[in-house]
Amino acid sequence: MLVMENVSKQYRHRGQWIAALDGANLHIGPGEFVSVVGPSGSGKSTLLLLLGGMLSPTTGRVLLEGQSLYDLSADQRARLRREKIGFVFQTFNLLGYLTALENVETALYLAGVPPELQRRRATELLRRVGLGRRLHHKPCELSVGQQQRVALARMLANAPPVILADEPTGNLDPETTGQILDFLEQLHGEGKTIVMVTHDPRAAQRAQRVLRLAEGRILVPGKGTPHSAPLSNPRGHRWARSSASDNEGFP
Amino acid sequence: MRMRTLVARELFERKSQLVTTFLAVVLGITVIVAIKNITYYSEKAVARQMDSLGANILILPKSVTLQDYYAADVQGDTIPEEYVTRLALSDLRGLDNLSPKLSVPVELGGRKYLLTGILPKNEFQAKAAWSGAGIFSRPAGCGAMPTLPFTGNDQKTLVRKRVIDHLADDEVLVGAEVAAALRLREGAALELLGTRFRVTATLPQTGTIDDSRLFAHLHRVQELSGKGPVINAIEVIGCCQEISKGLVQKLNALLPEAKVVTITQIADAQIRMNRLMAQLSAVFLGIIVLVGGAGIANYMYANVHQRRREIGTLMALGATSGFILRLFLSKALVLGAAGGVAGYLLGTVLALVLGPRLAGVPVLPMPELAGLAIAVSASLALAASFFPARRAARLDPCTTFQEV
Repeated sequence: MLVMENVSKQYRHRGQWIAALDGANLHIGPGEFVSVVGPSGSGKSTLLLLLGGMLSPTTGRVLLEGQSLYDLSADQRARLRREKIGFVFQTFNLLGYLTALENVETALYLAGVPPELQRRRATELLRRVGLGRRLHHKPCELSVGQQQRVALARMLANAPPVILADEPTGNLDPETTGQILDFLEQLHGEGKTIVMVTHDPRAAQRAQRVLRLAEGRILVPGKGTPHSAPLSNPRGHRWARSSASDNEGFP
Repeated sequence: MRMRTLVARELFERKSQLVTTFLAVVLGITVIVAIKNITYYSEKAVARQMDSLGANILILPKSVTLQDYYAADVQGDTIPEEYVTRLALSDLRGLDNLSPKLSVPVELGGRKYLLTGILPKNEFQAKAAWSGAGIFSRPAGCGAMPTLPFTGNDQKTLVRKRVIDHLADDEVLVGAEVAAALRLREGAALELLGTRFRVTATLPQTGTIDDSRLFAHLHRVQELSGKGPVINAIEVIGCCQEISKGLVQKLNALLPEAKVVTITQIADAQIRMNRLMAQLSAVFLGIIVLVGGAGIANYMYANVHQRRREIGTLMALGATSGFILRLFLSKALVLGAAGGVAGYLLGTVLALVLGPRLAGVPVLPMPELAGLAIAVSASLALAASFFPARRAARLDPCTTFQEV
């Protein structure tokens, strides 16, 4: 599904070359849930952006379903992202001047979905993440956990097969962190391929495989805590319990 | 979600920026509209002043010199009145006014004066074929303009412009010197060439030969003098722009048996003044476009910088560079169009209020400026926003994220 072939990325910073990623080789199969851990500056986010077609490598190739991403034009990559990749950000990156519903609709609008269908699909998605009663709230009127759930709904708008999550729980309290990880596990169970960058070792252990990065190199590609049966969501009920009014219908 | 929703939501999210930028656009357009409006009516006022200098083209018999004409235009030679018809029926542009004249000497109270026959304008206009020939049509910005309703319609001033609207067969206008010498007042009776006339106006002093003239209807003078349908001269007020484009040569071609003379001093003054007004207007427009454009560009650059993260997010969601470009240009278009409408309204009010006070000219609203205001404003906003918008479209999405 996702392949990196001898990928390096170097930045020039104050006259010096810095290797953000150095000779990375990686193969992530369809439906795999991989977490990427490592200290700050180890190249985790760079790896994620390279996989998402957002940052061209200095050397090497990145392939998505056999297609070399950086052999495509910027606009072709944008279209590919729209269809196949969903991003989740640490700081959610919601558009502050739009409501939760409009934020989700924006992703659908970019994909060319007609307005009436946008509204129906966005409402369904927000209900799915437990925000059926927060449709018309702006991000500033939502808690950080709710904002991340809006971001998740937006990410799911075009049903991407690949999810790239950059510290999705970095700004969240433990309870909300658990909810988001449950949700990612559920999506994994639905067959999505997930790559999650995280600082949190416990979050990392929720993945099938943990990649450890240090100074731009993948150190130990190894297995994390096995999740042989992530289809079930043992803590799914916690969404409903934590805030019944906000979470109706989830999952 | 639609593009317009996205643009509108973002516009109103940053209200203070919206207000300041909108005000900058509106003020720029207001000034443009106000200046254009006042300038237009000032140009017309200047043109009226220029017209009062008199005719700038003379059509004379071949044998007559300009000196003969200025001496008293009572030279023996004449040209057929039919020339006036020929001119009126021609497709020549830029003939503002035609004033055919026939002067004959008359004696009153033991002194010699000139009785000059003139043709009132209503006789030109009464002929449908003539008015259809476009003889009085003229490009905007030069020559005389139709009298504004509030500027009055005094026969005394119209005579100075060489043309009057109405003149009955028994009416006579009396020059200042004649009136003083014969103690004539309006309404007085007068006998000329054996016929009674009624003085309808005594003319103000001009310091020219006109002060010792009496003006009556051309056909009456032709009839009383027994000269038939002839005239001594046709005084023409030609549009100065058309004169510079070769109106005189065209007149020569049309009337090869006559002599066409340009009164260069007057025509040159008119051309210079019109050119000056046009240049002033262009300079103001240029300054405002530069200042307004810089303001909008500055705002848009700042806006792109502020929205880098948002742009990156949209790109991560699959927005193409073309979409980002359209997003920013749509916003500029909305701002520009709205600014154009508001600027037109405000500028018109400003012109109506300030025109009479600053330029001393009456100013009327000019609906045609609305289109210009919106077009200038929208084009300015689009042009000023193009480079910031292109910059936004070319942003490297990864650099827009804090996490990198």
